[in-house]
Amino acid sequence: MTKLNELTIAEAAKGLRAKEFSVRELWDACVAAAQAKNKELNVYLEIFDADEVAIAAAQKHIDDEGEKAPLLCGIPLAIKDNLLIEGKVVSAGSKMLENYRATYDSTVIKKLKAAGALFIGRTNMDEFAMGSSTEHSAFGKTLNPHDTNRVPGGSSGGSAAAVAAHLCIAALGSDTGGSIRQPAAHCGITGFKPTYGAVSRSGLIAMGSSLDQVGPLTKTVEDAKILYDAIVGVDPLDSTTITNGLYPAYPTEKKLRIGVPRHLLGDGVDADLLAAFDAMLEKLKAAGHTLVDIELPMSSHALAAYYVIMPAEVSTNLARLDGIRYGHFKKGDTLLDDYILSRTEGFGEETRRRILLGTFVLSSGYIDAYYKKADAARTVLRDEYTAAFARADVVAFPTTPSPAFKFGEKSDPLSMYLEDIFTVTANLTGMPALSIPMGLVEREGGKLPVGIHFTAPHQAEERLFALGKAVEKVQQS
Amino acid sequence: MATTEEVKKLASLARIRVADLELKKFTGEFDAILAYVGQLEKLDLPKGSGAQKPALRNVMRADGEPHARRAYTEKIAEQFSAREGDALVVKQIISHD
Repeated sequence: MTKLNELTIAEAAKGLRAKEFSVRELWDACVAAAQAKNKELNVYLEIFDADEVAIAAAQKHIDDEGEKAPLLCGIPLAIKDNLLIEGKVVSAGSKMLENYRATYDSTVIKKLKAAGALFIGRTNMDEFAMGSSTEHSAFGKTLNPHDTNRVPGGSSGGSAAAVAAHLCIAALGSDTGGSIRQPAAHCGITGFKPTYGAVSRSGLIAMGSSLDQVGPLTKTVEDAKILYDAIVGVDPLDSTTITNGLYPAYPTEKKLRIGVPRHLLGDGVDADLLAAFDAMLEKLKAAGHTLVDIELPMSSHALAAYYVIMPAEVSTNLARLDGIRYGHFKKGDTLLDDYILSRTEGFGEETRRRILLGTFVLSSGYIDAYYKKADAARTVLRDEYTAAFARADVVAFPTTPSPAFKFGEKSDPLSMYLEDIFTVTANLTGMPALSIPMGLVEREGGKLPVGIHFTAPHQAEERLFALGKAVEKVQQS
Repeated sequence: MATTEEVKKLASLARIRVADLELKKFTGEFDAILAYVGQLEKLDLPKGSGAQKPALRNVMRADGEPHARRAYTEKIAEQFSAREGDALVVKQIISHD
């Protein structure tokens, strides 16, 4: 029999309803696995004590309502350390917020609590979600469960590793430039970034406000949809949330046209990873889907545009952290010294680097050359995608150019930034995107998972779930 | 080419102190990053791009439905670097001289 912590949301919900095990037994199995493995993997920054009231309430809810109870009722989840849970420390992987306790629940947590979900703990991440490896956490790196010499990806590396190592049933992360999808690919799980505005960000510690989205990291596509359905929706506390039907409706046909931008898959992608990608496309073709060649020329400049827009927003968002009202405080001689000392001590190296970059691209004399140009490139990119969607239902490419890399391998910032080359486009356009495992490649005698990435038009999430399930199906056959 | 003086100036604008050793490192990395994002400068974009109205607009709402008085006061005040009652203590910035 599968161990309880290895179940998916759908399987666990079924087992709870059939009384094969209790909410308490499911919780205990997940927490025991988390405690046993956490020393080695450093997935959780904190494993919470059991919330007896919530566990009892979830059990009662299932006992009373059976099938009518929400699917997430009694399901233990891992939560990225940048989502506020009232009364719990939420540090965003930073020394700056090491002792900060959330004064309210983020909207996604409120919704999950209402559904009866349980929270195992807060997961490690790159500081303020800035990084692609979890090496930039102020609290140590997280290890990839597939090969502990390698990174789990980032910035939601803790959440991805928690799901992959079965230290929870599923997890939430946030995605600004690929921070859900890239670690999902590196850890061999499913990662989903919804349409910009689909999920409330009230109570998410902001990084790049025109890019950030909260989304699920799960063992299956079905689970990603269950979690997404539980957190989606308009929120008066986040005026960027969108209503159904803001964008034109796209039908989800049974057989989809998969657009492949071949011109982007040149030298930078590992040969065996590209072979796995091509093999998956052929399987999807054999299953009745169509492959279409498309061109997205502005994609070649997307990463450059992203690394202008994102730091600009980072430097603005993190300006609020000065140690006075909350966060790390270091006393100086003057008020200005208070600010400078608190910020200098509180922020790690990568955070300081991006704040400086953002300050630069927004400074007078450079704003036209960098920020405004990047913003214009972003519009062109979005138009290109919209045009491509006339010919294709989804756009496909590998989630990353390579499998998980070794710790310290990308020590210069630019090579780390290139990790995001495929994923940033979905954040710049605001379109939903999904990464699903597409196979394994071999590195130094070990096998590492790699992911395939699909982008759909705004609010066409259903297409991604349908195609994601098709990928799972062809892999099983 | 970024200079150490420029990076120092940026740091002061961002209310951050950069140690001398780090200053050199940051300056070198800045050059590499700016050389990469500099590809945007040469990019020939169609006229008027970037001027489109986004589909998503800022939404204003009327004030209303306030939370109960003092519902968050203690939780927020607990986070202050220094407090007197419910007040946040900061350094005096206006002198009486």
